Amino acid sequence: MSETHAVATESRGPLEYATKDGQMKIFGFWVFLGAEVVLFSCLFAVYLAYLHHTAGGPTAHDLYEVKGFLIETLLLLTSSFTCGLGTHELRRRNKAGVLAWLLITLLFGLGFIGMEVKEFVDYVGEGATLSTSAFLSSFYILVGTHGAHVSLGILWMIAVMIQLGLYGINPVTARKAFIVGLYWHFLDVVWVFIFTAVYLTGLVL
Amino acid sequence: MENIKDFLLHDFFVTGEPMIYMADVAIILVSLAIVFVLTYFKKWKWLWKEWLTTVDHKKIGIMYIIAALAMLFRGGADGLLMRAQLALPNLHFLNAQHYNEIFTTHGTIMIFFMAMPFLFGLINVAMPLQIGARDVAFPYLNAISFWLFFFGALLFNLSFVIGGSPDAGWTSYTPLAEKGLDPGVGENYYLIGLQLSGIGTLASGINFIVTILKMRAPGMTLMKMPMFTWASLITSVIIVFAFPVLTVALAMLTIDRLFGAHFFTADSGGMPMMWANLFWIWGHPEVYIVILPAFGIFSEVISTFAGKKLFGYKAMVWSMIVICVLSFFVWVHHFFAMGAGPAVNSFFGVSTMLIAIPTGVKIFNWLLTLYKAKIRFTTANLWALAFIPNFVIGGITGVMLAVVPADFQYHNSYFLIAHFHYVLIAGTVFAVFAGLHYWWPKMFGHMLNERLGKWAFWIFVIGFNVCFLPMHFVGLMGMTRRLYTYPADLGWTPWNFIETIGAFAMGVAFIIMVYNIYWSARYGERDTTGDPWNGRTLEWAVSSPAPEYNFATIPEVKSLDAFWEMKKNGEVEKWRKQPLEPIHMPDNSYRPFVISVLFFIAGFGFVFEWLWLGVIGLIGVFLCLALRSFEKDEGHHIPVEEIERTERAAGRL
Amino acid sequence: MVKKALKSLMLFGLSIFALTGCDVPVLQPQGPVAEKQFHMIIWSSILMLFVLLTVFTLFGFVVFKYRANRANDDDYEPDLEGNTKLEILWTTIPIIIILLLAIPTVITIHDSMKNPSPDKKPITIEVTSAEWKWLFRYPEQGIETVNVVHIPADRPVHFVLTSAGAMNSFWVPSLGGQMYTMPDMKTELWLEADKPGRYDGRAANFNGENFAHMTFTVVAQKQADFDKWADKVKAEAPALTMKEYKKLLKPGLVGKKVYSSYPAELEHASDMDMPGMKGGEASEHGKH
Repeated sequence: MSETHAVATESRGPLEYATKDGQMKIFGFWVFLGAEVVLFSCLFAVYLAYLHHTAGGPTAHDLYEVKGFLIETLLLLTSSFTCGLGTHELRRRNKAGVLAWLLITLLFGLGFIGMEVKEFVDYVGEGATLSTSAFLSSFYILVGTHGAHVSLGILWMIAVMIQLGLYGINPVTARKAFIVGLYWHFLDVVWVFIFTAVYLTGLVL
Repeated sequence: MENIKDFLLHDFFVTGEPMIYMADVAIILVSLAIVFVLTYFKKWKWLWKEWLTTVDHKKIGIMYIIAALAMLFRGGADGLLMRAQLALPNLHFLNAQHYNEIFTTHGTIMIFFMAMPFLFGLINVAMPLQIGARDVAFPYLNAISFWLFFFGALLFNLSFVIGGSPDAGWTSYTPLAEKGLDPGVGENYYLIGLQLSGIGTLASGINFIVTILKMRAPGMTLMKMPMFTWASLITSVIIVFAFPVLTVALAMLTIDRLFGAHFFTADSGGMPMMWANLFWIWGHPEVYIVILPAFGIFSEVISTFAGKKLFGYKAMVWSMIVICVLSFFVWVHHFFAMGAGPAVNSFFGVSTMLIAIPTGVKIFNWLLTLYKAKIRFTTANLWALAFIPNFVIGGITGVMLAVVPADFQYHNSYFLIAHFHYVLIAGTVFAVFAGLHYWWPKMFGHMLNERLGKWAFWIFVIGFNVCFLPMHFVGLMGMTRRLYTYPADLGWTPWNFIETIGAFAMGVAFIIMVYNIYWSARYGERDTTGDPWNGRTLEWAVSSPAPEYNFATIPEVKSLDAFWEMKKNGEVEKWRKQPLEPIHMPDNSYRPFVISVLFFIAGFGFVFEWLWLGVIGLIGVFLCLALRSFEKDEGHHIPVEEIERTERAAGRL
Repeated sequence: MVKKALKSLMLFGLSIFALTGCDVPVLQPQGPVAEKQFHMIIWSSILMLFVLLTVFTLFGFVVFKYRANRANDDDYEPDLEGNTKLEILWTTIPIIIILLLAIPTVITIHDSMKNPSPDKKPITIEVTSAEWKWLFRYPEQGIETVNVVHIPADRPVHFVLTSAGAMNSFWVPSLGGQMYTMPDMKTELWLEADKPGRYDGRAANFNGENFAHMTFTVVAQKQADFDKWADKVKAEAPALTMKEYKKLLKPGLVGKKVYSSYPAELEHASDMDMPGMKGGEASEHGKH
């Protein structure tokens, strides 16, 4: 295994790919994201199957508010952009820049989570709980799983930022920052599907 | 106080069953014995350092196999209890509730806690060696996979003495498995034990893919990999795409039961048949997960003991890829009779028939591997050879089951039970026994006894056929599965009685196998060369047992059957004389063990719906994740002197 | 011609089996639906037997002829790699076999979802599975029976099935294959008995403790006898009240029962509106 930690000589490429270990971990994470795609696909399929199984309770029409989910979308999409800027600073080996953009990213993420929590609390107040109908069970699980992933991502991002602060940018921390970025972008893509298949569809169909 | 006593006596401990009390006593005695032996021989530190905190794939593999053998015992005991109850009509050796719990745990344990870990154990032991690597891509994650399996299995197994076993079948169909019809914690054990174990499986799938694609020795292109490695790769791809579906299904049913959701309930808009679909979308690829590595093992064993190249390498690879893809498109065949329309049933009937074709291609390639060979009938090879005719019986009943109108008669009858036991036992179980005998010397440095092995083989294979062949007929006589008893006037009795005899014969064979393990540990012939079978693949190039670092120097691979070719061309000595360098190895870690204990605690909490305990356990898990993130583990180096010493002791320098 | 010959061979083999006195309902069809399924079983067995014999013969041959300790091993060819022609052969022949099987399968699938005897007038009977009993409702006669169902022989019966509890499966092997019953959903099964007789039925999908005892009897009668029986039930049997119905649905075994009528609320139950079933809760059946 001596090969995996050695930094390839003359690596002017991205630091996260500089070691074999970094390459393997990034590749492994892509494979993991493949599994996550399947996971979310199941949640979407169940949600769409149960779209009209409202058991006489609140429907998508009744609940979803355009303003709310538009703001959530803006927050999350922007955070993905700022995360990308963070990766750009990573390539420039600019530690302060990386930290700044990651901080902004996770603040947007916190805003997103805050709004989503409020959304759920409001729905529950209107009598739309997990146990009201199959439709609502699937809504909470799909959107909630995504929200849980984002929350985990925020904690993860904080851990990476602390390590960047302590150890600076090296192949290991670069890899960690890159992977959390991959995770964040993935969640963003999932949100685009949620925005479409859940909120837009719910208002139109 | 009364409440606590009441809870303990009625809901917590399983009471009122003599067999359970005996099991309680056995568990306590065995645990005390283990503690005593470890203390007396002062082996606690050794256990911790060498096994509980190891990240070495070879040791992890051995632990998987030991656990799987223990689970084979438990699942087999379940099977024998069932067969004893069914030997004659109207017996009440087991009542209905017992029987229902036993068939549930039998199926669940055999698939999740015996077949998969056994195969994963063999993949762990052999695959990195076969590709010329020093370990898997993520050794720490590998350890987590094992311990999550171990504690998931432990949680599941705890159920029969604490709280009560699940009793809705290994398929756990809703609404039977919902709280309304199945209150109590048994079903929760099923859902959460499998969820824990499943996380480990997914992690292994990812680990093996990255290992095989990124860590092969220089020169080993994909089409020069051993067939067992190919099988492991394709299996891992299936795992990555199938296991998340099980994760979702288990989670949804858990949330239904614990939080009153309506994913699979019969009211408030839920659809019980949603569970069946999700379960089998995972479930069918799952059976290919347990058969493809078996096919890989057979390819290795058959070609080695034929002294001949595997026939049709490319076809063998492509057939596995086709099986992998098709396996995701056949799931409805598990419930043709659930009211689907003719178009749906036709599609899935035809797709199921199609999947027989690549499997058939493999059978013929194995047969042609034996053509113009020099076949040695070692125990390992006997298991592999017996697979061919026995599995084909299972395969053809599979095609018969795919004939949808006929399936409406076979479905859920003993004909179905016969089919899947023929493919699972003649496929997976024969394979793991073959693999055990084949790779045993590589794991432990000594051989398993051939004579004992052959006795066990013949008794098992004959017993297996005596047990399962009659099931085809008794199914056609109208006997459905999962019946705890049957009436005397239907003519089912003689067949059931014969089947029970066969089952007990398999039990006897298992005892002989266990004795073989014990006997061989004490008196078995040592493997001094590392290559007891005149092998073809790289694992036979290292000493037995393999050294910690696997290869002193990574080989340069030029062809398929790399080691065979090296031996043929006289290149082995040259390779062994290459200059040595210090070898970097990962450090042990306590955390995979600890994180799994925390998951176990959390799981236990959720099983009993003590959410506070579940949350505490999960917080512990997150803390471990954070600790890992902040760890600056650089591993350690094995110095050249130590490598030299090891290689010299193995007679290589 | 060959098919007929092979079929006779198969039947000969089976009759030996039957001589032992064995009752093998799946292989002794008593109606057109079971008969069609039996034909598919025979046909698939013949095709699969061909595969089995091929593999077993090849296997026996190579394992014996190429054993290591044979006298003359000049034919040992360790580097034999493969043969594309053979690969094509043993891919194509299985494809042909599958086609020979798949085409009649698809045809029979479609046939079995229709009236097996279109020239005869079908009778509709509604089936409800509960824990651990079978309820039969006869909309044309207005009566209800439990754990026994009378049908006119030589007439197609259109069963409409549902469940008042767990998922189950309705199976009368002598008359044909099974069909699942699911709560809040409707499934359909066509069966027909050629002649009068008693045929065993049982539950075929596990649903808990007394699953093994959830059997029922199908009594096929000549049309005139069936009508006489229905009239007698109508005149003499007690009525099924809603209270009695709810008691029936409670978990347990109840034996055979007949009722001269059933409550009006349970009419059109096959339209999936069953207020009495889930404690009054109206469940939404999807608009899909």
